[in-house]
Amino acid sequence: MPTAGRSTLDADAAAATEAAGAGDPSRGEEAPAREPSSPASTAVARRGPDLRRHLPGLETDRRLTDWGRSERVEGLVDRTLADFLYRYWFRCEVEGIENVPATGGALLVSNHAGVLPPDAAMVAKALREEHPYARPLNIKVEHFFKGYPGLSMLLPKLGCVAAHPANVHRLLYDEEALVLVFPEGQKGTRKLYKDRYRLRRFGRGGFVASAVRAGVPIVPVCVMGAEEAAPIFAHLRLLERLTGLLYFPLTPTFPHFGLTGMAGYLPAKFRIRFLEPIELDISPDDRGAVHTAAESVRARIQENLFEMVGERDSIWLG
Amino acid sequence: MPSRRVLITGLSTYWGGRLAEALEGSDELETIIGVDSRDPTRELERTEFVRVGTQHSLLRRIVEAAEIDTVVDTRLIVDSVATSAARAHENNVIGTMNILAACGGPNSSVRKLVFKSSAHYYGCHQDDPAFFTEDMERPHPPRTPLERDILEAEAAVADFAEKNPDVSVTILRFANVLGSSVKTSHTALFDLPAVPMVLGFDPRYQFVHEDDVVGALEHVLNQSLPGVFNVAADGVLALTEVIDLLGKRIAPVLPPWGTGLAAAALRRAGVVISPEMLTQLRFGRGLDNRLLKATGFRYRYTTRETVLKLAEHMRLAPILRGAAAPYRYEREVEEFLRRSPNVRRPGRRPPERADGHGVLPERTGEAHAADRGDGSAELGGASAGYEDLEAGELAVLLGSLETDDLIALREHERTAHRRPDVLAAIDDALGRAEPAGPDEP
Repeated sequence: MPTAGRSTLDADAAAATEAAGAGDPSRGEEAPAREPSSPASTAVARRGPDLRRHLPGLETDRRLTDWGRSERVEGLVDRTLADFLYRYWFRCEVEGIENVPATGGALLVSNHAGVLPPDAAMVAKALREEHPYARPLNIKVEHFFKGYPGLSMLLPKLGCVAAHPANVHRLLYDEEALVLVFPEGQKGTRKLYKDRYRLRRFGRGGFVASAVRAGVPIVPVCVMGAEEAAPIFAHLRLLERLTGLLYFPLTPTFPHFGLTGMAGYLPAKFRIRFLEPIELDISPDDRGAVHTAAESVRARIQENLFEMVGERDSIWLG
Repeated sequence: MPSRRVLITGLSTYWGGRLAEALEGSDELETIIGVDSRDPTRELERTEFVRVGTQHSLLRRIVEAAEIDTVVDTRLIVDSVATSAARAHENNVIGTMNILAACGGPNSSVRKLVFKSSAHYYGCHQDDPAFFTEDMERPHPPRTPLERDILEAEAAVADFAEKNPDVSVTILRFANVLGSSVKTSHTALFDLPAVPMVLGFDPRYQFVHEDDVVGALEHVLNQSLPGVFNVAADGVLALTEVIDLLGKRIAPVLPPWGTGLAAAALRRAGVVISPEMLTQLRFGRGLDNRLLKATGFRYRYTTRETVLKLAEHMRLAPILRGAAAPYRYEREVEEFLRRSPNVRRPGRRPPERADGHGVLPERTGEAHAADRGDGSAELGGASAGYEDLEAGELAVLLGSLETDDLIALREHERTAHRRPDVLAAIDDALGRAEPAGPDEP
C-alpha cells in the first residue's frame, strides 16, 4: 500500500504529512476534507433541490444496506465480542447518553486511541445498550481500509463508512443518521503511551464543516481507558513499510503474539462521557470560524478527559 | 419542448434499436430516422434507416434535409472486451465529435441532444464516495483507454453545450446494464458456474435494467432536461449478494496483489475480465440516482429485481435457445414496407403521411384524396418532397395541385412551418381553383 508508506518515510510524522500534502490519505480521518474533493464538498452545498424524498426505499428481503452494512454480521459481533468487551473486559461506564438526540442526524466527535482502537466499538455498543432508541452508529474510517483485503469486506458490514465528505453529508443530512468521527485520525491511535490523553490536532476542522453543512449538532464524546487498554511503546518503521499497514507498533502483546495480539487489550476500566450537543451557526465556507469551532470542540473534550482521568483512582478498577 | 423529428445515431447498436422500437409507438413523433454504418439488428416499422457512418458532412445534410430537432447518440462503446481500443477510440471520440459537428452551427435545426454515456466516467477508486452525484469528478485521472475516451467524449459534449446555449443537451450516465437480451462482460461473468472475485473484497454493485435504460432515454426525449443525470436502479448490492441471488457460487480466484497477472492467466482459460472491471471487482461503485428521479422518472426495477430478472432468464436460457430466428435487414423489403401504396397499414397512416401531415387531426381534404386512390400516391409524393422545397419553388408547384391537396398542404404549412408567403400563395391558389372557398378556415 503506497498510501501507508508515505508518511512513514519521515520520522517526524507531522512534518511529513504536512509536506506530503494532498496525495496522502493516511493523514487521518480528516483526509477528505482537504483533498481536491473541494468540488465534491461545494457540490453538496450547491445541489439545489431537496432530494431526500427520492432516497431508495427499504427492501425488506435484503440482508445488506446500500452502504454494505449487514445486520447479521453486526449482530453476531455485537452479541459476542463487543458484548464481552463492553460488559466484562472494559466494564464500560456511560454518562450523558441523553445528550445524543433521539431523532435526526448528529455528528459524534471523539478522541481516539489504541492500536486497533476499541473506542469506536465501545461507543457504538454504549449507544445500543444505553440509548432509549438504540440508534445505529456509522463510524467514519479511512479510505485506506477500502483497499486492504479482508478489512474492506468486514468493516462496511459492521457499519464503517469511508471518510468522504459526500458520504458524511448523505448520512447526516439525507439519511438523518448518527455518524462518529475521530478527527485525530491515525495521529491519535499511533501516539505513544507517554503522550496518553493529550489530544492531537483535530485535522482541519472538516468535521465541523460537514456538520454545519448538514445542519446537525455536534456531540463531543470523551472515551477514557482506550489509551491504557492498548498502549504503544514504540513503532517499528521497517516492518510498517514492509507490511503496508498504517503503523506497526510494539505493544504488550504485539507483534510477539501474532496478529491476534493486535486485539490483545489490557482490561482497563472504560468511561464514556457524551457531552452536551453543540449547535453551530456559522458558514461552512468560513475557514476561520470553522477552525475556531473545531478548536473549541477539541478543548471541551480535552478538558473533560483531564477531569475524568483526575477523578480516576485506578487504571484497572476506575 | 417535446421532440417531434428525431435522429438516432447508432441505430444498429443494441440501444439504438431498442430506443427506435420504443419510439415508434409514440404518436407525438413525426419522424424517426436512424443512421449507422451497419444494418439494423431489430425489426422496425416506421423508422427510416440511412446507412451512413459518422461523416459529419453527410450527417449534416440529413439533419438539415429532415429538419431534425432532436439527436440521440446511442453509439458509445462501454465494454473494452468487445472492441479493440483503436476502434473504440474511433467510435467514442472521433464519432462523437463528428456528430456534434453535424448538430452545431447557427442555422442548425437541432434543439435537443441526448448523449448516452457511462458510469465509467467516474471510474472505481479506493477514495471514491459511496454514491457519486452528477457534479462529482473521478478522484484520479483515468488509466484505461476506454475511460479516457469516455471522458474525452463527454468533454466534447459539454463543450458543445456551452457553445450552443439554445440546444438542450442531456448526458445520461448509465450504471452497468443487466437484462435478458443484452450481453456485457458482466453477464458473461455471471454466466460462469462460479463467479470470480478478488480475494478479500466484496465490492458494491449497482445495475440498471435494460428496460429502464430505454425508459430513461425516452423520458429525457419527452422533456427538456439539460444537464447530466445518473441512471442506476435503486439499491446498491454487494457482489456476494448478487451472486447469491443468481444462485451461483463464489470463486475468489483473483489474488488481492498481482490481480492483473491472475486476470491474464484467466484470459488464457477463456474468462476475459476487462481492466475497468478489475477495478470494479475491487472497489465497486455506487451512483446517486435521485436527480433523475426528481424529474419524474420512475424505475421499473430495483437493482435487486434486475438481478432476479437476470437469474430468471438464465434459468430459462437453455430451454429457449435458438427458438427465435435472428432478424436480418433486407433493404428492398424494408423499402417496400415503408413506401409501397399497396401495403395495408391497419390503424396507421402511411409513413410518408406521418412525415407530412398524417398525424394531424384535421385532414378532411387529405382523407378525400386517399379515397381517390391514385391521387393519394401523387399527394404522398408531393408532400414528402415538399419538405425540401423553398417558398419560391413551392409557389410554382401550387398551380398543378387539386383543391383537396391544397387544403391539406395549407393545413400542414399552418402547423409546421408557418411561412406567411407560402400560406398566402396557397390561399391565392385556392381562391383561383374554387371561388367558394374551403370548408376549413
